[in-house]
Order: sequence, then structure tokens, then C-alpha cells
Amino acid sequence: MFIVATIALFIAMILVLIRLFAGPTLYDRVMALNMFGTQTVLFIGLLGFLTGRPDFLDIALLYALINFVGTIAILKFFRYRAIGDVRRDITEADG
Amino acid sequence: MSGMELVVETLSWVFILSGSFFSIVGAVGILRFPDFWSRLHAASISDSAGVILLLLGMAMQAGWTLITVKLFIILAFLFITGPTSTHAVANAALVSGLKPRSAVKSGTKGKSEDKTDDKADTA
Repeated sequence: MFIVATIALFIAMILVLIRLFAGPTLYDRVMALNMFGTQTVLFIGLLGFLTGRPDFLDIALLYALINFVGTIAILKFFRYRAIGDVRRDITEADG
Repeated sequence: MSGMELVVETLSWVFILSGSFFSIVGAVGILRFPDFWSRLHAASISDSAGVILLLLGMAMQAGWTLITVKLFIILAFLFITGPTSTHAVANAALVSGLKPRSAVKSGTKGKSEDKTDDKADTA
């Protein structure tokens, strides 16, 4: 059962990866990257069950945390061109 | 006791298989749909149904152990962050002036003074 789910998730990850490379706009790529990260979390969990050692779930949880922060960081960088403090003039000009 | 175990086993089969089905459906949708706003719908299929069903199926396989607790922590976290990051992506696309395909083609034809249409290509 786990091998079927793992193969299905692997195919889904490849399809999302195609959209990640082919995406016409930046937002398609960010959305595909976010979805790919979520599928990676599930994939790590399934792989742990498949090998009979479901201790990889800590890594999956860590990956979920990093994925969320990374998505927000990418969006913030491409809007303000800075990840740290945003300069006030840019913020006010953007509205 | 054995009948209960059979029910849990069958239910976890159903959950895991339908979860992987929804994951593939969402991935095909994200690949085949015509524009960004419709692709968001396909992404939400795989982000909600796929995640819930797969993690519940895995939790049923694990039984009442620490693994189930970790699976439910992952589920709760993905429940919060998934819609949040989808909203962030959609909001950023809207602010940058990306328009839905039908609105660009027919909806705003009459009133084309709308400057934001031009920004959709450069985004």
C-alpha cells in the first residue's frame, strides 16, 4: 500500500516540478514550489513508513516549517527587493 | 478486537489511496490549467484533500504511538500554513496586477483605460 502511495506522490512531484520550471509568471513558480514542499513532507513520511522506520517525521516537520518561511521570504524579497528591514520610502511608494 | 483492526486497516487503505489520487489530480491540474488563478484551485485540492487523507491514513497505520502525535502536529501545522501561504501568493499576484484570463480577454475590453492590464505581462 505504501509503495503505491509513494509512486503516486513521486509522479505528482514530477508534474509539479515541470510547472515549476515552465511557469510563465513568478507566482506560478512560487505556488508550484510551495506545493512541491508540501508533497515533499508527505513523501518523507511515506518513505519512513515504507522502510519500516517512521522516525523521519521529525525531518518532515522541520521541512514543513522551512517551506512556509521560505515561501514568505521569496514573496517578500520579490516585492520589496530586501529580506530584512524594508526601507520606508519603498513601503510608502508601494502603498 | 480483530474486527475493529480490520475496519481500521481497510479505512487506512482507503484514506491513503484516495489521498494519493487527490495528490495526482492536483498535480495534473496545476500542469494543465490555463492561467494562474485557475491553477490555485488545483493547488488547493492537493494541499487540503491530499494532505489530510494521507496523514490520517498514516496515523491509522501507526496506531496510538508517538508517531501519531508527530503526524497530527504536522497536520495541524500544514492546516495553518497552507492557506496562509496560498493567500500570500494570491495577494502578491493581485498586487502585482496579474488578471484572470477571462477578465483580460473579454471583461475589460470596453474600459481598457485600466492601466493594471499592462503590468500583467511584465510581472
